[in-house]
Amino acid sequence: MNSNYEIVVGLEVHAELSTKTKIFCGCKNEFGAEVNTNVCPVCMGLPGTLPVLNEQVVEYAIKMGHALNCHINSVTKQDRKNYFYPDLPKSYQISQFDIPLCENGYLDVLVGDEVKRIGVTRIHIEEDAGKLIHDADLGGTLADYNRCGVPLIEIVSEPDIRSADEAKAYLDTIHTTLLYLGISDAKMQEGSVRCDVNVSVRPKGSTEFGTRVEMKNVNSFSAAHRAITYEANRQIDVLSHGGKVEQETRKWDDVKGRSVVLRSKEDAQDYRYFPDPDLLTFVVPQEKIDRLKARLPELPVAKTMRYMSRYGLSKADSELLALDKNVAEFFEKCVGSGKCSAKNVSNWILGDVFKILNERRCSINDLALTAENLSEMISLIEKKTISNAAGKTVFEVIVDADKDPNEIVKEKGLAQVSDTGALAAIVEKVLANNEKAVNDYKSGKTNVIGFLVGQCMKESRGQGNPSILKEMVVAAIDNK
Amino acid sequence: MGKLYSLSAAQMKDLLNKKEVTSVEITKSVIDRIEKTDKEIQAYISYNFDEALKQAAAVDEKIAKGEKLADMAGIPVAVKDNMCTKNLRTTCASKMLGNFVPPYNATVVEKLLDEGAVIIGKTTMDEFAMGSSGENSAFQVARNPWDTSRVPGGSSSGSAATVAASQVPVALGSDTGGSIRQPACLCGIVGMKPTYGSVSRYGLVAFGSSLDQIGPMARCVDDTAMLFKSICGRDMRDATSKDYTYKPYGDSVKGIKLGIPKQYFGDGISAVVKEKVYRAVEVLKAQGAEVVEVSLPSTDYALSAYYIISSAEASSNLGRFDGVKYGYTGSKRGSLDELYESSRSEGFGDEVKRRIMLGTYVLSSGFYDAYYKKAKILQKNIAKEFDDAFKLCDAIITPINPTTAFKIGEKSDDPLAMYAGDICTVTLNIAGLPGISIPCGFSAEDNMPIGFQAIGKKFTEDKLFTIAKCYENAVGGFAVKEF
Repeated sequence: MNSNYEIVVGLEVHAELSTKTKIFCGCKNEFGAEVNTNVCPVCMGLPGTLPVLNEQVVEYAIKMGHALNCHINSVTKQDRKNYFYPDLPKSYQISQFDIPLCENGYLDVLVGDEVKRIGVTRIHIEEDAGKLIHDADLGGTLADYNRCGVPLIEIVSEPDIRSADEAKAYLDTIHTTLLYLGISDAKMQEGSVRCDVNVSVRPKGSTEFGTRVEMKNVNSFSAAHRAITYEANRQIDVLSHGGKVEQETRKWDDVKGRSVVLRSKEDAQDYRYFPDPDLLTFVVPQEKIDRLKARLPELPVAKTMRYMSRYGLSKADSELLALDKNVAEFFEKCVGSGKCSAKNVSNWILGDVFKILNERRCSINDLALTAENLSEMISLIEKKTISNAAGKTVFEVIVDADKDPNEIVKEKGLAQVSDTGALAAIVEKVLANNEKAVNDYKSGKTNVIGFLVGQCMKESRGQGNPSILKEMVVAAIDNK
Repeated sequence: MGKLYSLSAAQMKDLLNKKEVTSVEITKSVIDRIEKTDKEIQAYISYNFDEALKQAAAVDEKIAKGEKLADMAGIPVAVKDNMCTKNLRTTCASKMLGNFVPPYNATVVEKLLDEGAVIIGKTTMDEFAMGSSGENSAFQVARNPWDTSRVPGGSSSGSAATVAASQVPVALGSDTGGSIRQPACLCGIVGMKPTYGSVSRYGLVAFGSSLDQIGPMARCVDDTAMLFKSICGRDMRDATSKDYTYKPYGDSVKGIKLGIPKQYFGDGISAVVKEKVYRAVEVLKAQGAEVVEVSLPSTDYALSAYYIISSAEASSNLGRFDGVKYGYTGSKRGSLDELYESSRSEGFGDEVKRRIMLGTYVLSSGFYDAYYKKAKILQKNIAKEFDDAFKLCDAIITPINPTTAFKIGEKSDDPLAMYAGDICTVTLNIAGLPGISIPCGFSAEDNMPIGFQAIGKKFTEDKLFTIAKCYENAVGGFAVKEF
């Protein structure tokens, strides 16, 4: 990247909301039904049908508005965006034009070790269109209208993003926020989150924006990173060779790793926006807006910061714990039990628990593992009632069964023996059987102590307290 | 019982309740009448006779069991062909929808069927309800029963003609800028455009969504009110519909203040029409009404505002007819643009295309502020002026159409002259107010009917029915065309 230039990026994220029904009709809001079965006269836009706004859509959008620190417009309206395309059965999309539901917000994201604040211009509600399936065998292009009327929010950022990394961090944070709020499945592979990328470059130090290029067909966040990098380099290349960047819309091809022109500024569509006469101005009572704000959960970035400052965890560990709302809740429950240290809980979750989740490709809530059992087990290790090794044995049980770790320790005889009387015979026996090692130690090779303690542990079938055994071995040799 | 078809809906209801006739007998009489006269009147695009007889038989069964009947049970009704009827072709009199069979019923149709009404057929109209003569139908031009060389008015041309020709007692029309009141006026029947929001628009193929309203047409006031009663009220499927409860009406205008706006009696209105309307006011005055002068100064701008708003909405509403999903598919299908272009060029008639172009123009960027936005401001002014006028009176009396019905073909080459005829009716749609068209005699020049309009405050349909009923009684009922 030519360091004489600065990248300026703005992002438009479309997220499908996971409401029970579609935005303007009673059809289920579901992905994956047989083509053209999850439709009705309303979402098919048949002549004479009328839309009726689903209130849940408004609530979900307001939640996102609060999460992104927006002003919520209590009086707003819906507008028609008119254009012809076969996936749009009414020939207009019901969206919001000049009065979005939410506006003037921001999102703090972590980029490296720094917090970067990115402005959010607006969030508005709209309906999704259908899907075209291009298939020569089936006679060309076919239309599936199942997706028509699926509720969307469009989140438009300010051009505050200055690198592909910042863009990626912003998108990741939007993604986790949607999941935290429980308002979207946010599944990229099902197309429930999509983004358009606006990129321009300018000479470093310049306060004016360069000519903006919009990139469509960016289907994943990592693709957004690649698309931005590619496009910024392309523009810098044009400018540094004395050329001029054209205002245009380009299509990103992630497989080929390049973009092509989709349409130029002259072909820009006139959407003839006007207020939808079928949907009156709608008013969200301030009381409801406030109530939704009060119920807002702590969001991932705030959680990450809190885990770092309050529990002294690293940024990487804190982010990993905060990433999944369920994991974060589990972590906080363990820590909240007051039985064990946050650091140890974090290590167990990010280690053994995550290993299981990865193996089984499941969520932490799918496991029988409870926060009570895990924190009890960790506390047994911390209290030295059991060894770390015995802890793993207990863990194997409690992952799949809600069982008191104390019971397991008793049943399996896993308790550590710290009673010197009971351990004395074991020490005596091990020293007697390993004369060479004892002599090595005496001659100054003190590192054999580990071997001797290990032998004692083996003899105690893992139940001896290793640090007590170590003290006893040292004392016994010294006394000889 | 030879002329069952010519009875009013109220009379039919009475005979059914007394078990003196069956609904099947009434329905057969109506079918017979239509078969004998519709070659000349040409009111229907689709007949629904087989289904109608079944609906009638079902009502007769209920009567035999002694079940209590709803108002419209067993009564034949004609429905304008822009209201969706399940499994029955709904064309909007357009080639574009010539083969469109809706999979669902409009709410008004559903309500009528629930009451046991007999849907006799679908009436012709101006294509997509755009027109004031019925001549813009892609299929047939309905005739005015009083003189079949003349238009019945429009756009609810078929509904007005079938009622006036005593083919059916009642019909549903729709009114975006006068499309119920004007043909009712030209055919000498009663027609009402209810308050915007009092009748569900769900299933009415949209023209100007913020102006469209379904309403009743009949040969007498009682029938008009009875049909209105069965279709009005809130519909959860129409966000613009309002909680509305039908209120009974009286027959006395004693103490009612009638406002006369001078702007509605200007040079554009023919002398004979003015004279008949003034005479109607005198009749009401004699019945105890008070008369005051009111002023509606923005009336001159109403036509422009109306044609901008209705065309803008139409250009968007009619976008869905693109040849892809249903309806007419154009002859050129090489590319998507060709498909769109040929479907819409071949599927729509001239008037519809004119409105789509006008509407697209006024919404396009750079012109939006100059046209659409200004029209919306005018809309507010017009509504405000009505509010002010209603501080002085309970209802406003005006003419409806500047002239009597003209000859078929007389104005078809002059769309602007056709638009100008809407001057007295469009203001109500712009302000969302109810208005009723009441017959008030015949022109001595051509023997064609003339009507006057009573305009009310929002949701005062009962007052308008009271005025109409009082007038009807005072003049001894309305003339019916023997035919």
